[in-house]
Order: sequence, then C-alpha cells, then structure tokens
Amino acid sequence: MSDQLQTATELLLRPTGLGNNELIQTLNRVMGPQIDYADLYFQYSRHESWCMDEGTVKSGSYGIDQGVGIRAVSGEKTGFAYSDEILLPALTDAAEAAKSIARSGNDNKQIRIHSNDQDIKRWYQPDDPLGSMADRDKVNLLKEVEQIARNMDSRVSQVMVSLTGSHDVILVARSDGELAADIRPLVRMNVSVIVEGNGRREQGSSGGGGRYTYQYFTEKNRAHEYAEEAVRQALVNLQSRQAPAGEMIVVLGPGWPGILLHEAIGHGLEGDFNRKGTSAFSGRIGEKVASALCTVVDDGTIENRRGSLSIDDEGQPSQNSVLIEKGILKGYMQDQLNARLMNMQPTGNGRRESYAHLPMPRMTNTYMQAGEHDPEEIISSVDKGIYAVNFGGGQVDITSGKFVFSASEAYMIEKGKVTYPVKGATLIGNGPEVLNQVSMLGNDLKLDSGVGVCGKEGQSVPVGVGQPTMRIDRLTVGGVAV
Amino acid sequence: MEVAEVALDEAKKQGAGMSELSIDQGQGMSVTVRQGEVETVEYNRDKNLGVTVYFGHKSGNASTTDFSPEAIKSSVNSACNIAKFTEQDEFNGLADIELLATEFPDLDLNHPWAINMHQAIEIATLCEDAALTGDSRISNTEGATLSSHDGVDLYVNSNGFKGFARGSRHSTSCSVIAGEGDAMQRDYWYDSKRYSGDLIPADEIGREAARRTIRRLGARKIKTGEHPVIFEPAVAASLLSHLVSAISGSNLYRKASFLLDKKGQQIFPKTVQIYEQPLLSKAAGSAVFDSEGVATSENKIVSDGVLESYVLNCYSARKLGLKTTGNAGGVHNLTIESTVDDGLEKMIKDMGKGLVISELIGFGVNTVTGDYSRGAFGFWVENGEIQYPIQEFTIASNLKEIFQRFAVVGNDVDGRGNIRTGSILIEKMTVAGE
Repeated sequence: MSDQLQTATELLLRPTGLGNNELIQTLNRVMGPQIDYADLYFQYSRHESWCMDEGTVKSGSYGIDQGVGIRAVSGEKTGFAYSDEILLPALTDAAEAAKSIARSGNDNKQIRIHSNDQDIKRWYQPDDPLGSMADRDKVNLLKEVEQIARNMDSRVSQVMVSLTGSHDVILVARSDGELAADIRPLVRMNVSVIVEGNGRREQGSSGGGGRYTYQYFTEKNRAHEYAEEAVRQALVNLQSRQAPAGEMIVVLGPGWPGILLHEAIGHGLEGDFNRKGTSAFSGRIGEKVASALCTVVDDGTIENRRGSLSIDDEGQPSQNSVLIEKGILKGYMQDQLNARLMNMQPTGNGRRESYAHLPMPRMTNTYMQAGEHDPEEIISSVDKGIYAVNFGGGQVDITSGKFVFSASEAYMIEKGKVTYPVKGATLIGNGPEVLNQVSMLGNDLKLDSGVGVCGKEGQSVPVGVGQPTMRIDRLTVGGVAV
Repeated sequence: MEVAEVALDEAKKQGAGMSELSIDQGQGMSVTVRQGEVETVEYNRDKNLGVTVYFGHKSGNASTTDFSPEAIKSSVNSACNIAKFTEQDEFNGLADIELLATEFPDLDLNHPWAINMHQAIEIATLCEDAALTGDSRISNTEGATLSSHDGVDLYVNSNGFKGFARGSRHSTSCSVIAGEGDAMQRDYWYDSKRYSGDLIPADEIGREAARRTIRRLGARKIKTGEHPVIFEPAVAASLLSHLVSAISGSNLYRKASFLLDKKGQQIFPKTVQIYEQPLLSKAAGSAVFDSEGVATSENKIVSDGVLESYVLNCYSARKLGLKTTGNAGGVHNLTIESTVDDGLEKMIKDMGKGLVISELIGFGVNTVTGDYSRGAFGFWVENGEIQYPIQEFTIASNLKEIFQRFAVVGNDVDGRGNIRTGSILIEKMTVAGE
C-alpha cells in the first residue's frame, strides 16, 4: 500500500470505523442492473490564508472541509449526492439519492476492492504545507515581501501580499473495485501593488506557487522576485498610452500568455462538449486546426506544477496527452463518463472542485512546444503590432469558438522595435482560426509561475499554462484608440 | 443555535474579548434534462460555520463543515491561534451596538418547494422540449435545468446580536444551439424566483432560449469604429456591478478605485438615480441586516447623477472615518431608475445607428483606472432597426466616461437578480473588430 493510500485510509475512513466492507456495501447499494458505473469520493481538505494589507497582517483564516460525494452513472445519466458526514448512515442515504436516476433493483456483481496504487507515479510529495512553516515565519515572510516592494520605488503607494496553502487528501473507490488515493499540497503567494505618479494610479501584480511547501517561496529568492516584478509591472503601466483598436499582428511573450491556448483551444477540446457536439472543435479530430508549427499538449505529469495530478479525481493516473501535433487535432481530454460514451480512453482529466461537485473533463497544464526562432527575431519581424507579455483572465464561448483574454502588460511594436507600453487591452479571436495565424514560434518555452485558476460550470480548479514567444499574424486588439 | 453557543462559549474561554459567527445551512436539488433524457440529478446539502475572534484589535478567522462540538472547539482554537499572529488594527471589531438591526420584518423570502425528482424532470423536459420543437434551426442542446434550494443563515455576535435569515431560490434555465459547424451559436434564458409559483412557465423559458439563439445565426464581424451602444438589461447590470466595486470601502481605503474622492461629484448625467431597496418583498437581494448584523437601509447611492454614498462595511467605514452603510456582504437590490417609459425596442429606434450588446465575455475591467475592454456578442443597428447579429469584437472605453454617457435607462427592468436595471444606452464606445 502506498503512503498516500495508507494516510488517506487512516484519515478518511478509520475515524468512523469504515473499511473495505463498508465501501463495498455502499457501492453495492448504488449499483443496480441499469447502473454502469459508480464511485465514492472522500475528501479531507485543510486550507489557510494570510493577508497583508496597508503594512499590517490584518487577517488570517483557516478552514477544514470534509465529506464524501457519491455518484451513479447510467448511460448518459448521472445521479449525485454528497454528505459532509463520513458515516455509514450518511453514505447509505447519499447512495440511495444518487441511484434514483435508475429503476431500483440489485445487482449481483461481486465488487472486489483492489488497488494499483503502488504503481502510480507520484509527481509531488505528500507534504503538509500548513505545518511546513511556523505561523510566525509566515507572517514575517509577508512583512519582508511587503518591505521589498515598498522600498523599490517611492511611487509605490499600496502593497497587498497574500499567502495561501492547502493540504488535500482524497480517496476514490470505484464500482470496478479500484481504490486510489492522493495527497495534494498546494501553495500560492501573490503580491499586488498600486503606484502613483503624474496624477495617475496604476497596478501591477505577480506571484507563483505549486505543489510544494512554503519553503518554495524562500528558496531562490522567489518571494522577493514576486515583489520586484509586481512593482516593475505597475511602473510600466504608469507610462502606458491608449492601446490601438482593430486587427493587427500580435506577439505574445512566453509563459503565462499561454492562457491563449487554454481559452482558444483547451476548453473546446474537453470531452463533454465534444460528445455533445456543442464545441467548435466537435468532430474535427484529424483536421488541421493550427499552423504546422504548433504542437500543444495537456500534461498533468510535470513535477510539482500547480496543475499537475498524480491521479485525477476519478482515480485515473495523470498523463501527457497530445492535443494538437504539428497543426493536426489529435485528441480530446476525457473523464470516465465521456471517454466511455465516446468509446475513447480516459486521459486522466476527470477533475472536480470538491466532494460536493461532479467531476468533468478539465485541463491540467496546457502548453505549446517550443519553436526555433530567437524571440528577438520574432519582434524585429513586426512592422506594426502589439507585444503582450502579461495577462489577466480570459474566457471562451466554446460553441462559436470566440475567446478573449485581457493584457495587463503590453507594448507597441513599430518597425521591429518595442516602442512604448499600452494600456491593458482585451484581445479577441476565434479558437479554430487563431492558431492557423501562428507564423513564428520562439525557442523560449516557459511555463507560468503557478497562478492559474480555471472556472467551468461554477467549479474552480488549479491549472497551469505555458508557451514560447509566439507571433500571431492577425488578432483583434480591443483598445480605445481608433 | 446550540452550535453557536458552543462556539461563543469556547471563544470566551480562550480569552477572546469579542467574537462573531455565521452559520449557513442549505439543501436543494438540481435536475438537468438533455435531449429529452435525464442527464444529471444532484442533491445538495451544505452547512458551514465561520467564526471570527477578536483579542483587542487582533483578529483570526476559521471555518468548518463539521458541526460536532469537538470540531467547533477546534475551529475556535484555530481562529484564536491565528489572532496571535495578526497585528493590532484599531479599525477591527464588531459593529457598534446602536447600528445593529432591532426589527425583523418578514420580507417573504422563504418558500421551500416540496418538489420531487419526477416533477422536476417533468418541468425541465417541458422547458427543453419547447426550445427544441419550435424551430428547425435549433440543432443541438445543452439541456434544461430545474433547481430548487432553500436554507437559513444565522449570524450571532458577542454583543448579543442574533439574527436569522431564511430564504429559498428556484430557477428554470435552458441553453440551446442553432446552426452547424463553424456557424454554430449558443444562447440561453432563465428565470429565478423566491416562490416557485412566480416562475415564468417552463415552456416560455424554452421558447425564449430558442429565440435568443436563433437571432444570433449568421453573425458577422464588424468594422472598427466609434458608436453608441445599448446594453440589454442582463448585461447592463454588469456596468452597475463595476460601479459598486469602485465605491466599495475596501477599494477606496486602498486607493484602488477610479472613483476615489468622488463623493459629492457628478459622475453620471443628471437623469441618473441609483439606490438600494433592501426590504423589497420576495426579491433576490433582500435582507433586514447585513453580514455584520447592521440594519440595512435604502441608501441613495447616486442622486441626480451625483455620487451620494459609498458601499461600506464597519471596517472600511472606520478606515475612511465614515459610518457603515450596512453593506457588509454586498449591496441589496441595487436599482437604477428608468429615465424613459420605453424599453429596448424604442431605444433601438431612437438610437438609429449603433450596437446592441446581448452577451459579454472576459474580465477586461480595471477598477484602479476605470479602463474597460470586453469581448461582446450582439447586433448591428441601422435606420432604427436591427440589421444582423455581430460577433468577435470588443467594446472599450473608460468607466468614468461610460458613466458620464449613460444617456438612456429603459423601463424593461430585469428583476431576477440583485441588480435591477433596464436596457442602458451609452452614447459612445470604441468598437474593435475587423
């Protein structure tokens, strides 16, 4: 038995006397002649946050969420119930509610609990971030970062620093007898500053994290760099002019601008939308959806990344899936339900926000492979365009394929040179078209610093993105200067 | 209530001078039908306890979903432990006693619906069927959902305040797709009410979802330029939510707002009146007290275009040297008065030439500077009539200018949510397209 499975069993099942027999009993209760699949998802999650604002550590919070979600699947139908009490009577009630989608009746299938848990590759340590640093030191770290930001420039008027950590223990028991567990640490730091000068006020922010303990921030001066980066970005914005409006060449910087991939194509390649035929990418496997330069993967197996998973929330080992290879659409991201209905293999993308939410196909770390160009060469190839290096959020309408993402740091390129910063503009395009406009890719693939949150149908999960410097020959820039 | 006593007692025992807690409990069901078949049946049952303790002006907060006495005591301990490491902040603390709500009128917000799964499936099926059968251009569906929830929120503090708020919410929604391949379009419609009997009939929701989807077929791009823009009510509400964000206390004391120090100044045209209606019967955002127990009031936020009031809780009010506006947890039925006795149709006619926006995507709004640039879907208007649907464009401006250009507010008020507005005409915005 792996450490993960042992810890999860002790934490989630043992306190209320649950064991394999009770798991089998509950799964048997859910299963019936018309039920194809059922699973139990146990979770015990502790999380904390510390915030520094206006020079003082004003608030801290700590919380525990625990519970069990029970799901029954019959064809395309799903029944779902959950309880925040991990007790047999609560499991029984939830099981009865979940199976209400099918006519009652009992199945004679013998469920035998087994686990391939030993063979699962682990992409992060089962550490507890909350206990990895004394509370006093967490507070001191916040203060230190705040001071660095303040001391950088006299125009810094506000600094907000936050530190959050969570320790998530999950256990999945499936009707095919598979039992798997995962222990997921996650830490994140964010620095956001406001600067004032010339009668203007602008903001900048930076941060990072991953599946580490808090020591990640003290190593390699990372926390200090976030402070410096936030101030640098805010000062750039203080000099910014109005962004232009209309179609033009757009060069995206490496790393976080990979949010383009997440919005423009990632969501459109999630299995549920494609099974239902509601995505602009539905039925297009094997078709050319990008220029031949583009190879895009979703990879949950990168060590310690924010979007990485050793197993997904259905107990499926995470993997590196090729979505687009040299411009050709290769595959979708799948959970158990949609893979089965589409007659495809699950890809380890079944994710859920918590035991109180249903799993669905979600991204992990989505990025584009590097190209061959020197990034400088890409910029110098542009006569007039935008160079966007930092972004806020994005969104997509998967049916029409239209997506947006908003720049938080961008520059004009004129005659091959980066000339002046422009105010954050929203970029809008069409998912199935935009990657066909990619004409140059840098040799500088970079992943984001570990800040991504993806929302879908009201559920948030941590994700990662990445890409090299990228030239897009035509994209609409939503500035105000006509 | 016993749970609350356990928590308050424990906080006192730990030496906390003051403490407060909120307990939320709710249950419900949600059923989705797609292509005439049940897709999901979800049963919800949630509870959460949040406790904040104060040692002098130091505070700590913890929450738990486990209501056993041990878990509650452990949460209180965690909160107390955190308070040891946070710093003295003189503005921290409970609401002043004289501000707490003392009267608790019944706002008619709680109408639990004794609906079973089969009835819910029937209603959702009726809704989707109406969307799918009315027009052959409807090609696919994301389904129809019926959901019903009710619950109780309790807020208690060591100054002796105890307040309950019971409420229910039921909704019907439907989302369908028209067209094929590259020409696919999706839209949706919904209704949401406190009392199930007030819901718009399910088949009407379905037909409206279909109508809204079909009207988007054949969407074109649009040339870059400057035009008047009408926001349909459901998207107009977002403009007012940006106002709320810019005048909320936490953004003001951090100087993170483009409306800093604008109280008393003209920020909208003289015709604009914006206020809260917290005691509106059966409405989405109604409340007798806010999340600090402070009595809500009918705050006048903008009168004759002048910013009259900010949106504050106790902490931000003390920071700013002002009095709380009873807005801990947000605004209550924020309402903008119609400036004309007409709705969208007449506004389109009067505009002559410009855009109608039916959906916005993305997060391109900067509260510090007011810079605004969002992706949009909508319609091109010429000669006072909609000519064709448009897509893949952005609308941009600065919120300071957008507010000054609130030319017309229609009477086609969307009363489903916490922000109540009709269609809004903005005189000029930059449209980026081809």
